Amino acid sequence: MKFFRNSEAVIGLIIIAAMILIGAANPAFWDLDNLFSLLQSNIIIGIMALGVLLVMISGGIDVSFPAVAVAGMYLTVHGMLLTQYDGVLLPFLAATLIGLILGALNALLVYRFKMIPLIVTLGTASIVRGLILGIIGTSMINIDRFPKVLINFTKSDIYTVVKPDGTTSGMTSMLLIYLGVALLIHIILKYTMLGRGVYAMGGSAESASRVGFSLKKTTFFVYCACGALAGFAGMLHSSMIWLCNPRDFVGMDMQVIAAVVLGGASIFGGSGSVIGTMMGVFMLVMVKNSLILMKVETTWQLVVLGVILIVATAFSAKRDRKSRT
Amino acid sequence: MSDAYLELRNVSKRFSGVQALDQISLRIMPGEIHCLAGENGSGKSTVIKVISGVYQPDEGEVLIDGKPFVAKSPVDAIERGVQVIYQDFSLFGNLTVAENLSINTQLREKRTWVNWRRSRQLASQALQRLGVDIDLDAKIDTLPTAQKQLIAIARSMMNDVRLIIMDEPTTALTGKEITTLFDIVRDIQRRGIAILFVSHKMREMLDISERLTVIRNGRKITDGPTRDFTEALITKHMTGHDIEVDHFNWKPSTTSVTPRLEVRHLSLPGSYEDLNFKIYPGEIVGISSLLGSGRTEFALSLFGLMTGFSGEIRINDQPAKIDSVQAAIAHRIAYVPEDRLSEGIFPTQSINRNMLSTMYERLSRYLVIDREKAASLAADMIKKLTIATPSGEKPVNQLSGGNAQRVVIGRWLLTGAEVLILNGPTVGVDVGSKAEIHKIIRALTQQENGLSVIMISDDVPELVQNCNRIVMMHKGRFLEELVASQTSEDEINAKLKSFG
Repeated sequence: MKFFRNSEAVIGLIIIAAMILIGAANPAFWDLDNLFSLLQSNIIIGIMALGVLLVMISGGIDVSFPAVAVAGMYLTVHGMLLTQYDGVLLPFLAATLIGLILGALNALLVYRFKMIPLIVTLGTASIVRGLILGIIGTSMINIDRFPKVLINFTKSDIYTVVKPDGTTSGMTSMLLIYLGVALLIHIILKYTMLGRGVYAMGGSAESASRVGFSLKKTTFFVYCACGALAGFAGMLHSSMIWLCNPRDFVGMDMQVIAAVVLGGASIFGGSGSVIGTMMGVFMLVMVKNSLILMKVETTWQLVVLGVILIVATAFSAKRDRKSRT
Repeated sequence: MSDAYLELRNVSKRFSGVQALDQISLRIMPGEIHCLAGENGSGKSTVIKVISGVYQPDEGEVLIDGKPFVAKSPVDAIERGVQVIYQDFSLFGNLTVAENLSINTQLREKRTWVNWRRSRQLASQALQRLGVDIDLDAKIDTLPTAQKQLIAIARSMMNDVRLIIMDEPTTALTGKEITTLFDIVRDIQRRGIAILFVSHKMREMLDISERLTVIRNGRKITDGPTRDFTEALITKHMTGHDIEVDHFNWKPSTTSVTPRLEVRHLSLPGSYEDLNFKIYPGEIVGISSLLGSGRTEFALSLFGLMTGFSGEIRINDQPAKIDSVQAAIAHRIAYVPEDRLSEGIFPTQSINRNMLSTMYERLSRYLVIDREKAASLAADMIKKLTIATPSGEKPVNQLSGGNAQRVVIGRWLLTGAEVLILNGPTVGVDVGSKAEIHKIIRALTQQENGLSVIMISDDVPELVQNCNRIVMMHKGRFLEELVASQTSEDEINAKLKSFG
């Protein structure tokens, strides 16, 4: 029965059951086109979720990452247009760095001033969004102005199929980036003392410092990593849709946190895994996808997502409370 | 004669003008079980923190193996062989046994990468050393308290440890678990490791230790071989005055014959079965049992927190339907829980608010609270219960355990409670306060139309001293009833042992 106590295994089974159900209700679900687009939708939410996972395991929360993602992509793409820069690596590094700096600001406020993470990150999110719109601008950068080099970068596919009608459909190679990031975070969490420190702090911050973990280092690590991943994800997102909108990612906070909680992370900190989070993201995206297939209006998707967040949180809270008594 | 492993010489420590330690001296010999006794706030935890390097003394010195030892941080003390097991064990509930045991070692080796195989090896070695068998892959949160403590002890013994400091190690343990713990402590001692046992529980100190140091108000009062001390003597040194152990002198009422509370054939499947019980005004009835006997469930049922039982509850000879806390309060039943800090108190709120919290409705007219009346009621109660505080505005989490307990009792007295159920009334309360609380409880029962008190406790002396009757409970049943004046601690202890 050990198998069923493992939350990842349970989530995996639920996903398989849901796929069979959704596929039975709507065979279009199994179209290669749809499966590819389903996986593609995992990438951005997934990268952001991995950052949020780190923060949540440590016992904190970050709701500023959508704003950080906007800052990363909008500042970088603007910079590229201004300087006529023609490269891929540097812009991605820049967006990541912007995210990292904003994450460090969150960490500073949380660690130094012992403030509640939710309030801190709500505040920084609002400040960052406001500053971007107020100082940099409010206009979208459309495909006609969007740097061609980024468009070409994301166009490559890892796998292409030619369909009977002659059109092709492919799986974007950006999926590899997501998998790479996931592997990296998994290794950090599972096999480094830094990662174990994140779990230790989430379990009991006081014990962690008594044992000799640096709470400062751990706090800065999780918020900086979350910011950096958000900045990177923002940049990747705009490159994939060939559009940079300073008002993007509204509502993303809720979706990502829902995915992380769905993936078995505890809202009280101390537990969660990369595999679980990836499955949580997959499940969330799949639900959204099937709502679209069923032609449910987007407004109703909000209702469904909200329900998922609350139900998943309720289950995880119940589980954690049980194990604590 | 400096063959001591660790010695404090005239150590003083001040915190913003408050003298926490005043010229404290303490000698711990290698492989000795030494007790540090003192009431809450006497400076015990400051002593621990000086030894373990959390604080540096303002004056005086710490010597290890006869050489001056200056610890800049806890890591220095650990390297010289000093380990502290805090009351909360400092374990990670979300991590496995193996990781909890190995994390210190891996951290100290300044590793970047975790070696999981080594982690398991280290952990199983540590458990073998103690001769205990616990699943290495179990999460700490899923283990009972006694096992958590074993893990904490095993962890402290993983390095070259010479002294283990145990801070109030028996607080959350049952009698049987304490016996096991003591066996392990003696076993550790046989390896030449000294133990500093920090406690305020007399019996345990007399039972386990070889030498004893008593401190009060930051000063060393006395020390010596434990065999030279008696319970009364330690109490005297700890509190600074004699605490008379007198027994509850209960006189059966001549007029009233109706029981205040009566239960008939009360059963709750899985918790207790066919309980019959009566309590008259002015009585203090104890319930003595092992943990898990159903006694807490019984108390919770009387207070409306557990429903679904069958049988009858009668108040003043009238059937009473108790299906909610509100109903219980309306029948003037009050309950002070075991864990008053989490269940019974609003820790950050003031004394006044805590005491008045159950009666704001009665204090208000047209939705507005009568503040003057509230303030005077609260002030009277603070006086009556001798709560040590400059004002009723002080938050309860700044009070000592004994005073916090009085606040909870005060709240129920204000609601006009006639039956007071106390579950472990003096757990975590020091000797002085404990005697004071007992006195208050007895005084309350002896007033006109006196309070009826049901006292559930693991502390057998407490029951014998304060009750007029004691009910023995086991596996959900009331087995027998003893008249307190005709029984003894030994008799009850023997009965409890036969249950286990």
